[in-house]
Amino acid sequence: MESNGEIRIGFYVCHCGSNIGRVVDVPRVADTMSKMPGVVVSRDYKYMCSEPGQALVEQDIKDHRLNRVVVASCSPLLHEKTFRTAVGRAGLNPFYFQMVNIREHVSWVHEDSMEATEKAIALSRAAIHRVVYHRPLETRRVDIKSSVLIVGGGIAGIHSALKLADAGVKVYLVEREMTIGGHMAKFDKTFPTMDCAACILTPKMAQVREHPNITLWTNSEVTGLDGHVGSFKATVVRHPRYVKEDLCVGCLDCIEGCVVRTSDGRSSMISVDAFRKSRSDSNGATPKVAVTKLPNEFDEGLSTRKPVYIPFPQAVPQIVAVDPNSCLQIKTGKCKQTCVERCERDAFDFTQTDTTEEIEVGAIIVATGFKTFDPHRIPEYHYNDYEEVYTALEVERMVNASGPTGGHIEMNNGQRPKSVGIVHCVGSRDFHYNRWCSRVCCMYSLKLAHLIREHTGAEIYNCYIDMRCPGKGYEEFYDRLLAEGVHFIRGRVAEILDWPMSKAEEGKLVLRVEDTLAGFVRRVPVDMVVLSTGLEPRADSEDVRRLFGISCSTGGFFLEKHPKLAPVETTSDGVYLAGCCQGPKDIPDTVAQAGAAAAEALALISRGYIEMEPNTASIDEEECSGCKSCIGLCPYNAIHFDEEKNVAVIDETLCKGCGTCVAACPSGSIKQNLFEDDQIFAEIEEVLAHV
Amino acid sequence: MSDKWQPTIVGFFCNWCTYTAADLAGVSRMKYPATVRVIRLMCSGRVDPQFILKAFAGGADGVLIGGCHPGDCHYLEGNYKALRRFEMMKKLIAGFGIDEKRLRLEWISAAEGEKVKRVIEEMTQQVQELGPLDVPKIFAGWDEELDKLEEEIKKEAEEPSHV
Repeated sequence: MESNGEIRIGFYVCHCGSNIGRVVDVPRVADTMSKMPGVVVSRDYKYMCSEPGQALVEQDIKDHRLNRVVVASCSPLLHEKTFRTAVGRAGLNPFYFQMVNIREHVSWVHEDSMEATEKAIALSRAAIHRVVYHRPLETRRVDIKSSVLIVGGGIAGIHSALKLADAGVKVYLVEREMTIGGHMAKFDKTFPTMDCAACILTPKMAQVREHPNITLWTNSEVTGLDGHVGSFKATVVRHPRYVKEDLCVGCLDCIEGCVVRTSDGRSSMISVDAFRKSRSDSNGATPKVAVTKLPNEFDEGLSTRKPVYIPFPQAVPQIVAVDPNSCLQIKTGKCKQTCVERCERDAFDFTQTDTTEEIEVGAIIVATGFKTFDPHRIPEYHYNDYEEVYTALEVERMVNASGPTGGHIEMNNGQRPKSVGIVHCVGSRDFHYNRWCSRVCCMYSLKLAHLIREHTGAEIYNCYIDMRCPGKGYEEFYDRLLAEGVHFIRGRVAEILDWPMSKAEEGKLVLRVEDTLAGFVRRVPVDMVVLSTGLEPRADSEDVRRLFGISCSTGGFFLEKHPKLAPVETTSDGVYLAGCCQGPKDIPDTVAQAGAAAAEALALISRGYIEMEPNTASIDEEECSGCKSCIGLCPYNAIHFDEEKNVAVIDETLCKGCGTCVAACPSGSIKQNLFEDDQIFAEIEEVLAHV
Repeated sequence: MSDKWQPTIVGFFCNWCTYTAADLAGVSRMKYPATVRVIRLMCSGRVDPQFILKAFAGGADGVLIGGCHPGDCHYLEGNYKALRRFEMMKKLIAGFGIDEKRLRLEWISAAEGEKVKRVIEEMTQQVQELGPLDVPKIFAGWDEELDKLEEEIKKEAEEPSHV
């Protein structure tokens, strides 16, 4: 308490326009509080957070010599800082302030005005009693490491990395796959401008490799995270490539030399059916296919690769990798090692094992991306059963000039399809699977419709629920497709069948769909079906979320701090989100968000320090009985025992301020700033006071 | 105002998960009974057993503790400490004759505004069924009894029994 002992409290209650005022009798709250002991000023005001609202507080502090301030308005998570700053501007210690949440916790959730007003009064009384026990505190300053960890090397991670690196920040880019590029690297064209995806992406990939400020680790995973904003300590495990990265120049001679024979992935497709069977037989584990039919993951399994391989010609880094699951040398130790013989630079090293890197960074950008919906889950679409049912990503690879068919749309028999059905919303907007709209499927379906028509001249039937084309130039692209003569049927495809009911359907797949505009059920015979699968969180998003302390929204995508005002921040300070790990989005949105994440990280780092809440705990030596109860409870090992004095001591720089030790101390000798026992007891007493 | 008796419940919500979820419930304009008065703490691990006793002694009909889901604690493991204390406190208050249903611990993540609503509705109903606890009234009753005893002892002292 103040040394002169006199408590002079100013109480302010906010109408928040009508957000609070409509439900809570705000003048009554102000009137009731004016009669509380110690309250010198009690006012209600339309918008407390506005400039005049803050000025009101500042003026009153000066005019009425206030030494405590209570504001009843919205959530402290929103405006506590605003009012603390205002209090500080008036020359009072900012921590002589307490906020009461009567909007999120009262007016927005209660309908009865009487009950709401009583609750608001009880909460306000609690704050007024609490604030009496407040003490002046100072925020702690912590230095920030000027480096950033970016997890995920898709277009989001690449863009963030380049922006930060250009700004002079040291960047660690960690990618799980053998190459960066993510999903975008697999695309042929990008909607609606039909830019060649590789032409806009691969130069950026090359920049990442060459940038002096970027450390690129592919085939690596972040496995541990410690520390806090400004000073994170991350553990990165680098899995073995069995090739020395500094020696390999990507001449690819070794691939030619590998004795394992495969069908040539570039010019002919393996049987998709055979591959899918092997994939489903193995229950998601590494496919137990014969070594001669190793599916090329980059081509969605439509082509094969050898055990020593490079994911695709423009991969970054341009270093081959050995797949330990199929390499004869690693699996059996019995191989002629012709790859090694071919390598002039002696880059192979079959003895490599996992290595661990420890890095310290100031901020983290999580850009781990998405996975596409697995259409096996919808049995009516027979993705596994019918050879000519493809996912959009498979067709995307087929239409890509560097893909498995050299850019030709071919059926399994090598023929071009004469008619193609595109099924929208596969796994999306469906209560059985995922409720959300995956945002990109309409547009990429249109893109594929255009590309397939351009390549084969086939009739295209798009079966959609709604066309959702809300981006720049997107609606115009839809109009263009309409003009090109692509057919659109409004209705969700019920099933895909292979039994004909007429001559026209013989030897074809039939889409059974209710045309909701025409009002009858259609049967559309087609040669080939493309399933426009939706976007989902990655299978291990739960682990990633826990590692970085991010919350999840209901679907499993990572949750931003605020959907409107903090779309790239998370509730973990210093951890930012970019790209589809936060929710489905197209490339322009991903790049925009990646830039925003980079800007947020840069803003944090450039300041050089952060101010931490002073809510740390400390031990009163006089009171400490030396029982050591607290020591084992601290998750941060911030408490040690002073043997000489026989007391426990808290290291304030390590303390994060959870208060677990305070709650456990039997002698009551530990105190947590901002959450002292006296303060909380006062609150408890007064929230119950009206009873 | 509903005619039915409304209990008063003190809520101890952690800053990172449950308090944020309660904010989300507000932003989503969910409606729930005005029975829980929330006291914000940084972590459910800060919930001192004394706070729970203080709340009951002060007239609370129930106490609700809200923390992050196990494994998600902002402070790594504060919620596990809260769980341990909760189990202990349930036994302790039962020893005092307070039904352990009046004390509840819930894991509510920042995204679960809906769960805040559900838990508050459920707990309100549960405590309604148990009826008012009103420890202050019990205390007053005890005081009265003690006063009576004191008087009786005084009386006996003034009129010593026949020895």
